[in-house]
Amino acid sequence: MVARSLGLMSDLKRTPLYAQHLQLGARLVPFGGWEMPLQYSTLTGEHRAVRTGAGLFDISHMGKYTLSGPDVLAQIQRLVPSDLARLQPGQAQYTVLLNEQAGIIDDLIFYCRSPEHWVVIVNGATNDKDRRWLAEHLQGVHFDDLTGTHTLLALQGPAAAETLQPLVDIDLARLGRFGHAQVSLVGKPAFLARTGYTGEDGFEMMSPQPAGIALWQSLTAAGVPPCGLGARDTLRLEAAMHLYGQDMDESTTPLEASLGWVVDWDKPDYLGREILLAQKARGTERRLVGLTVEGRQIARHGYGLFDGERQVGVVTSGTLTPTVGRPIALAYVSTPLARIGSTLEVDIRGRRVPATVIRRPFYRRAL
Amino acid sequence: MALEYPEELKYLDSHEYLRVEGDTVVVGVTSYAVDQLGDIVFVSLPEEGDRINRGDSFGSIESVKAVEELYAPLSGTVLSVNTVAVEDPALIGSDPYGDGWLIKVRLADPGDELSETMSAEEYRERVEG
Repeated sequence: MVARSLGLMSDLKRTPLYAQHLQLGARLVPFGGWEMPLQYSTLTGEHRAVRTGAGLFDISHMGKYTLSGPDVLAQIQRLVPSDLARLQPGQAQYTVLLNEQAGIIDDLIFYCRSPEHWVVIVNGATNDKDRRWLAEHLQGVHFDDLTGTHTLLALQGPAAAETLQPLVDIDLARLGRFGHAQVSLVGKPAFLARTGYTGEDGFEMMSPQPAGIALWQSLTAAGVPPCGLGARDTLRLEAAMHLYGQDMDESTTPLEASLGWVVDWDKPDYLGREILLAQKARGTERRLVGLTVEGRQIARHGYGLFDGERQVGVVTSGTLTPTVGRPIALAYVSTPLARIGSTLEVDIRGRRVPATVIRRPFYRRAL
Repeated sequence: MALEYPEELKYLDSHEYLRVEGDTVVVGVTSYAVDQLGDIVFVSLPEEGDRINRGDSFGSIESVKAVEELYAPLSGTVLSVNTVAVEDPALIGSDPYGDGWLIKVRLADPGDELSETMSAEEYRERVEG
């Protein structure tokens, strides 16, 4: 084996929960400019905890903004292909920021507090880029960046609601999927949303720093296992959720990324609209699909996909699913070969291994 | 949790260990390597009778996190392969110095090739700084 190169940790940002991570024995790794916990115990153990009970993630590295002002809705409508005017206060929408070429600048969630007041959560690694993009394109909007002052914790799993209920002042049964509310959590004001990145029920909770640390301590003291980015990645991949920068970027459109469902085709006037309409009319040349791979080897980011001698695609994310126990992957595949049941070969370091296009997600929680 | 490096083994900076038994050597990966890799899901090894050459890749070991090549710490002929670990790669993680061994090799040239190995103490200093 080659010696593993250690990233320079000194230039990395740390979340307010850094001391907790050290105390819990986390293995820390560089991720998107942050020093983040990869795992506390084992990746598969943490993965299973979220699938069968509940797990707690520090995702304070993610970008957290509030946008407010009388014209906010009209301004943000210009930047996304989803019709945010359909949202009632207390509802949220997963969508993408598009550039003029309909390339994806980031994926993000817009939480409507009121038409004049929105909470926005973006990826950690794209925070600076998104902030610049929004500053350039939003006029007369009051923009607050809470990234440095607030923690963001995710409590995920089938037992998330019963675990959180004693700590919060609202009836969680009344908060639907993608619902959100301003609440009191362990006695302190917090923004609570029923969203996540694991394919399970769960919550994301944004608090000012000291309250966020207290919340983390309450939940870990209650026996909720802390979970790292390793489990977060295998969980999101089983749920076939995209990772920005890996499964999509500015060179891919929502149609290519199989995110056509975020596009409201009747919506007028937003960046990238003409290109999306043209692409819808003539079809895309490639499309993101789900694959299952034979054997036990992982088809990793960048591995080529072949139909005979012809390269017809590339893997963007892959893992061996801890829940299902077989290798799965997301990949871009030439559209004629992207149908369910299509058989291809993936080049795993010089060896061709059969792979089949299957329906996404790979894992769906029991209702 | 402190990792163990048994005194009786020799170590390489590429994180393989060698258990020398006369002119045969058992090769595996160290507890440091398995700790770094995390949950091991796959191992690819040569076949019995294959010839391996020092410094060349003789297989690979894969976790959810990463895949790493295995480099031959010596030249020789593969006498046996741990097929149990191939079937159940988690063994390598749970018992790297015991049931999780990888291959047994007959040395082509006993003696000088093993001079570049480290003792347990030297290896510990190397990986723990």
